[in-house]
Amino acid sequence: MNSHVSEVRANLKALQTPTAAKRLWFDLKRDKYLYLLALPGLLYFLIFKYIPVGGLVVAFQNYSPYLGILKSDWVGLEHFQRFFSNKDFILLLRNTLAISLLNIVFFFPFPIVVSLLLNELRNMVFKRLVQTVIYIPHFLSWVIIAGLTFLMVSESEGLINKIFEAIGMDKVGFLTEPDYFWGLVTIQSIWKEAGWGTIIFLAAIAGVNPQLYEASVMDGASRMRQVWHITLPAIRNVIIILFILRLGSIMDTGFEQIYLMMNNNATVTEVADVFDTYVFRAGIQQGQFSYSTAIGLFKSIIGITLVTIANKVAKRFGEEGVY
Amino acid sequence: MRSKSLSGRIFDTFNVTFLVIVSIATFFPIYYTVVLSFTDPIEYYKEKLILFPKMWSLDAYKTLLTTNTFPSAFGISTFLAAVGTAISLIVTSGLAYAVSRRRLRFRRFIMFLLMFSILFQPGLIPSYLVVRQLGLIDSIWSLILPVMTSGWYVLLMKGFFDSIPDSLEEAARIDGANEIGIWFRIILPLSLPSLVAFGLFYAVGYWNTYFNALIYINDFQKWPLQVVLQNMLIDPASATGNIDFRSSKQMPTETLKMAAVVIATVPIMLVYPFLQKHFAKGAMVGSVKE
Repeated sequence: MNSHVSEVRANLKALQTPTAAKRLWFDLKRDKYLYLLALPGLLYFLIFKYIPVGGLVVAFQNYSPYLGILKSDWVGLEHFQRFFSNKDFILLLRNTLAISLLNIVFFFPFPIVVSLLLNELRNMVFKRLVQTVIYIPHFLSWVIIAGLTFLMVSESEGLINKIFEAIGMDKVGFLTEPDYFWGLVTIQSIWKEAGWGTIIFLAAIAGVNPQLYEASVMDGASRMRQVWHITLPAIRNVIIILFILRLGSIMDTGFEQIYLMMNNNATVTEVADVFDTYVFRAGIQQGQFSYSTAIGLFKSIIGITLVTIANKVAKRFGEEGVY
Repeated sequence: MRSKSLSGRIFDTFNVTFLVIVSIATFFPIYYTVVLSFTDPIEYYKEKLILFPKMWSLDAYKTLLTTNTFPSAFGISTFLAAVGTAISLIVTSGLAYAVSRRRLRFRRFIMFLLMFSILFQPGLIPSYLVVRQLGLIDSIWSLILPVMTSGWYVLLMKGFFDSIPDSLEEAARIDGANEIGIWFRIILPLSLPSLVAFGLFYAVGYWNTYFNALIYINDFQKWPLQVVLQNMLIDPASATGNIDFRSSKQMPTETLKMAAVVIATVPIMLVYPFLQKHFAKGAMVGSVKE
């Protein structure tokens, strides 16, 4: 009798607390449609994002498409050594960092300043008009922007040089002289993306409670003080997150922009050639898959290291960080 | 509420002036392009500076549309923008909705995979090798499949779905709908504003496809618009194929180039005003965090 009761109890207990595996199976079955919805996306990430991560092993091989990853020879760090001892390496590093740093110094603050200024406008119609105009270039391709750049600054047909000519000044080879290249691509980036970049800051500013401004006026705060003590703190977190992510892409200079500006004017190659364009030439055009994968891996490692460090530092200072 | 002090008025004047300059600097190159594309060839050669043409002309556009390459490239890009955007929206919103449901098993793991794919990119060549292995080289699908969704967009869209309560689903389930039906008939219509915004971003991405076509498409008959446009901007004669317009029509290459730029931009500019109010919704990042 007693043993029977305890047996029933044990059975009941088993029913009430099914094993983890059973519960998992139950949940999976219950949500089978959700997994079905997720499946195409998950397959995408598997095939196009995570198989390439595995494909990084070709950086340590002499990969041949005919032999495949399994049969190609392993060469250790040979490609990395070859790349770092290549005289091009310093040149590529210099150009990449120069363009990236100019970007961080001049491009990065631009949307912040413009969104603060937009926020100070009282005329809403004017504000909308400015926004409408400065968002447009974001939607134009780099091919088109390269075309517009040519039309504005080229030596033969550029508007600026036509004006120079009309007022009796010498023409300037903005596109062909290496001295202008870094400045030119920085201006291009600002022209294309700075307006669009304001959206995220304006959205953060829109979330500020208007009572904060009203209260600060009661306390006699000037507009400068309001910007400093209310608006800026409201977007500080967004600024930090964007800055961390920007650091992570310090080795990326945007292939299309540089490639187009360089391709159209070979004379600037020495200041224009960056890691991305070099990888394209060595990998896609010359078929040196392993060598160019090694360069890509080097870039990725720098990127993720910088993001990790910046995120740690941000958290040390009590900020939210990216993850 | 704001003070009308002298310093305040000085600031306002400076502010408006600055933003007017920014707007003009942004808009002028676009205006100038459009003007040149409509300028009469004879006037273009005669005048040094043309800020507003005296004689309007459609010659450049007529020349372009009689070439072989340009209209077909326009068709390919239209296909990419239409089909690609549809696929992207389905794939992105499907995954985003699934990970927005807190009851989903492996949810945190999937979120980690998405975040990691944003922070660590293996670079160009490994991705290229995958596309090659799949036999997609010279296939138009190489311009859609490798970019059909992104970790960033999934996480952003998840942010919108987060605010949709499970109770809504439960109510629909009692009425006999399954998750797919719920998703399609209830969740997606509810999130229409954000879908429109993401649809626009995807469509513009597909329309502006250049780099992927450069590496994946060798067959010039399958080139999308941006590649043809780029070849035209470098050398109009080669890109326009069979017509040697330079000898026959005396068409200034600049006029022709700018007409090509305008044609490549018009579709975007047509949808732009209608979708502008949705931008802010699609561009917010606040929802990335768990």
